[in-house]
Amino acid sequence: MSLIIGLGVVLVLFILYMIFRIGNLVGLVKGKNEEEHAGNDLHGYLFMAFVVLGLAFFGWYSYAHFDSYTLPVASEHGELTDSLFWITMGITIVAFGVISIVMFWFTYRYRYNANRKATFYPDSHKLEIVWTVIPAIVLALLIFRGLRVWNDITSPASEEAEVVELIGQQFAWTARYPGVKDQQLGEINYKLIDAVNEFGLDLTDKNTFDDFKSLELHLPKGKEILLKIRAKDVLHSVFLPHFRVKMDAVPGMYTNFKFVATKSTEDMRAETGNPDFNYEMACTEICGKGHFSMRFLVVVHEPEDFEKWKAAQEPWLKQNPEYLAKVPSALREVAMIKSGIPIESTAGASATTQTVSISN
Amino acid sequence: MATVDIHKQADVHHHDDHDHEHGHGNFWTNYIFSQDHKVIAKQFLITGMFWALIGGTMSVLFRLQLGFPDADLGWLRPFLGEWITPQGKIDTEFYLALVTMHGTIMVFFVLTAGLSGTFSNFLIPLQVGARDMASGFMNMLSYWFFFLSGVIMFISIFLSTGPASGGWTVYPPLSALPQAMSGSGLGMTLWLVAMALFIVSSLLGGINYITTVINLRTKGMSFSRLPLTIWAFFFTAIIGLLSFPVLFAAALLLIFDRSFGTSFYLSDIYINGEALPNEGGSPILFQHLFWFLGHPEVYIVILPSLGITSEIIATNSRKPIFGYKAMVGSLLFITILSFVVWAHHMFVTGMNPFLGSIFTLLTLIIAVPSAVKIFNYVTTLWKGNIIFTSAMLFSIGLVSFFLSGGITGIFLGNSAVDIQLHDTYFVVAHFHLVMGAASFFGMLAGVYHWFPKMFGRMMDERLGKIHFWFSFVGVYLVFFPMHYIGIAGFPRRYYSWTNFETFNSFADLNMLVSVAAILTLSAQFIFIFNFFYSMFRGKQAPANPWKANSLEWTTPRNPGHGNWPGEIPTVYRWPYDYSKPGAKDDYIPQTVPYSETPESNLPHENDLIKLEMEDNNAIVVDKKH
Repeated sequence: MSLIIGLGVVLVLFILYMIFRIGNLVGLVKGKNEEEHAGNDLHGYLFMAFVVLGLAFFGWYSYAHFDSYTLPVASEHGELTDSLFWITMGITIVAFGVISIVMFWFTYRYRYNANRKATFYPDSHKLEIVWTVIPAIVLALLIFRGLRVWNDITSPASEEAEVVELIGQQFAWTARYPGVKDQQLGEINYKLIDAVNEFGLDLTDKNTFDDFKSLELHLPKGKEILLKIRAKDVLHSVFLPHFRVKMDAVPGMYTNFKFVATKSTEDMRAETGNPDFNYEMACTEICGKGHFSMRFLVVVHEPEDFEKWKAAQEPWLKQNPEYLAKVPSALREVAMIKSGIPIESTAGASATTQTVSISN
Repeated sequence: MATVDIHKQADVHHHDDHDHEHGHGNFWTNYIFSQDHKVIAKQFLITGMFWALIGGTMSVLFRLQLGFPDADLGWLRPFLGEWITPQGKIDTEFYLALVTMHGTIMVFFVLTAGLSGTFSNFLIPLQVGARDMASGFMNMLSYWFFFLSGVIMFISIFLSTGPASGGWTVYPPLSALPQAMSGSGLGMTLWLVAMALFIVSSLLGGINYITTVINLRTKGMSFSRLPLTIWAFFFTAIIGLLSFPVLFAAALLLIFDRSFGTSFYLSDIYINGEALPNEGGSPILFQHLFWFLGHPEVYIVILPSLGITSEIIATNSRKPIFGYKAMVGSLLFITILSFVVWAHHMFVTGMNPFLGSIFTLLTLIIAVPSAVKIFNYVTTLWKGNIIFTSAMLFSIGLVSFFLSGGITGIFLGNSAVDIQLHDTYFVVAHFHLVMGAASFFGMLAGVYHWFPKMFGRMMDERLGKIHFWFSFVGVYLVFFPMHYIGIAGFPRRYYSWTNFETFNSFADLNMLVSVAAILTLSAQFIFIFNFFYSMFRGKQAPANPWKANSLEWTTPRNPGHGNWPGEIPTVYRWPYDYSKPGAKDDYIPQTVPYSETPESNLPHENDLIKLEMEDNNAIVVDKKH
């Protein structure tokens, strides 16, 4: 079978080659009679057709499929970056359209004509100044608007912001919340990471006791959110497309992104008319073979529902009570209270001397 | 007058007719270890074409996966072996290897070495009026370092663990840790070795280009009379000379981190159940070092093409290039700015946001000289008498790509807008148009235009035009739809998007892109056929087939080593006297003195006639010594 296909391809190539040769020979015979640059006009026409059809198709697709390539926006700063995006789009489309039409029109209008001579026009200071200054002014406006938005986005988060830690690793995300009791993320140290203690929680810090883990990113609507982002192994990048949020996850340092979600998951389901709509988070920094599969589900609640959700989560320490052994004995009771481990049950569960001494 | 002396000595060796030239050496010294800049240029060109085919084929392979995610690719197993999974799919890690090697090959081997190596080598001595490069030997070394680098990169493709796969930017820690992906093992080591050799090659070439342009210009060839090609090659070489060493440093530190346990880029890493001892390094340091080369690199790639295009558009519009000084000025301005915009690749990497503001400002400024260049090209076409040679078609194509790819840079350079677009297909569309397709078209335009001088024969113009239309429409069909996919947020370097509801669309556009990519690659075989066929069977070329002004067209049909059989011609004017009012032809070569063209001289040029006379006296005086 593949032999037949191969032979067919060879045959087609051979026929093409013969056509080329015959064309060449015919050209040689006729050559003397042909005028200079015969067939030149064709390319002028083709360029004109290209620009007209191309721009028409561009306009039609952009208009007809607008909803399929624009994601609804669900954050406060996203409205600003989107508007800047569309302002830039407006300006550049005008520039692109005008320059393209003018350029291809020139190629058509001034295509070779034996009876005409080109105009010797080597320079014009006036023109050069005009088209240096105009783009400079337009760009300055874009820069200033862009920098205002950028400064807003990157300014420090307020004290009341809801802090969530996002951790990237090959090839999954995890989230850590500071817990409802102390509202503080506890200390971590990458050397303490093991199969269970995947955050590397430093249990000598009492702020770790009520921290809880989540395999979905839950966020409140209408409240400032501060994402504290880190990576365990290689670079990753947090990308929340509907919130216009993107920030790399870097091993060895925290990166931050603050934003306010303006639409809950339910709001978005209503807006898009899709009852199965879900916000998602993706990885946008190449991180290995599973790069394309680092999906993280995002749920945006009404603020009160968010508080309820938080209150219902079990602290990590409660899920892994054997790690009480790593808590300094002086803090152990605090740890049990903050993480909600019933004091009697652990006494029975792990009969180490330390726990016994606490229950005494 | 030092240059005159050098040329006189050289003349002694080159008086004989060029046809006997090859009698001077054997096959090895003439074609393999040649020190003739023209032969070295052809070596770079053919090696570049070889790599372009490999890089292009790789892109079609991963486009198969993206455009036809359900197709059974089992038929590729005879070529790719285990990289095709038992289910007939491309292995996910091999997909990343393809993406990485495609980028590396295209950026460095094709559009840096293949482009600068070919045209800087070929054109600088011919257009400034020199017998050869300042150092023919270093020039030869430059090619052979590139060749060796290519051999090592080529070998890495065949490793069982695969070639480097962490993206062409090879960001650590992914590229530093073999346990992170198999391509970061031996494949990455070979990548670093190959790139180190490549940088050596690039520096040897660049030093030569700069020296030759400064020191070996013929009599009368002042800087203000240089063709724009030479200006572009000159600035390109300066950019390369200043930025490639930084990549070398980055690569060296990465080698230390990989092999000697240092922590320049590594810190706080827990991988494969093990906490690594490295602390205190920063992956962001690597990104700064990489992009300090990486961004100037895109200008290393595009400037030569802009130079080539300037020359071709002026020649085939039969008009002077509009705003010669503005063109040189914008090249200079772009050169300077290219060093201070690198961090716009890093707005969302965790770099200090204040730096983001600075780099937004500097980045958008670079749009101004770029816009000036486009306006000047368009104005050059205005009231021209345009001859659509294949080279001209590709040059117009370049301007179109440079425009449509360039304006999307205004989005990406603005840090606030970049947050959403960073690492999406919008970026892929942007840089493929503005530096990929545009410089590739410049390279093709250059081949069509200077082929007659390279091989003494004409390429087939009909095939060239068919090649152009397929490529031009093909490239737009490949990269234009990617803007939509990017605005919709699709991340790049994804093997598939079906894991996400958000990105579970555009199967149609992705299929279109893949089909267009296959067609575009296929069209390049028309070129390859044309190239090799015309080399042996093409029509014999006249010495100056395009009626162009610059010096290379004053050489014989097959210039030998030394370029001009007699004395090197003297230059009296700039290279863009096309369609000068009063002149009988629509072009006046640079070698024609003003004293011979009183009918077309501009007032200030008549004043130069006296200077010409004085210069001639100077030569006479010189010869007495």
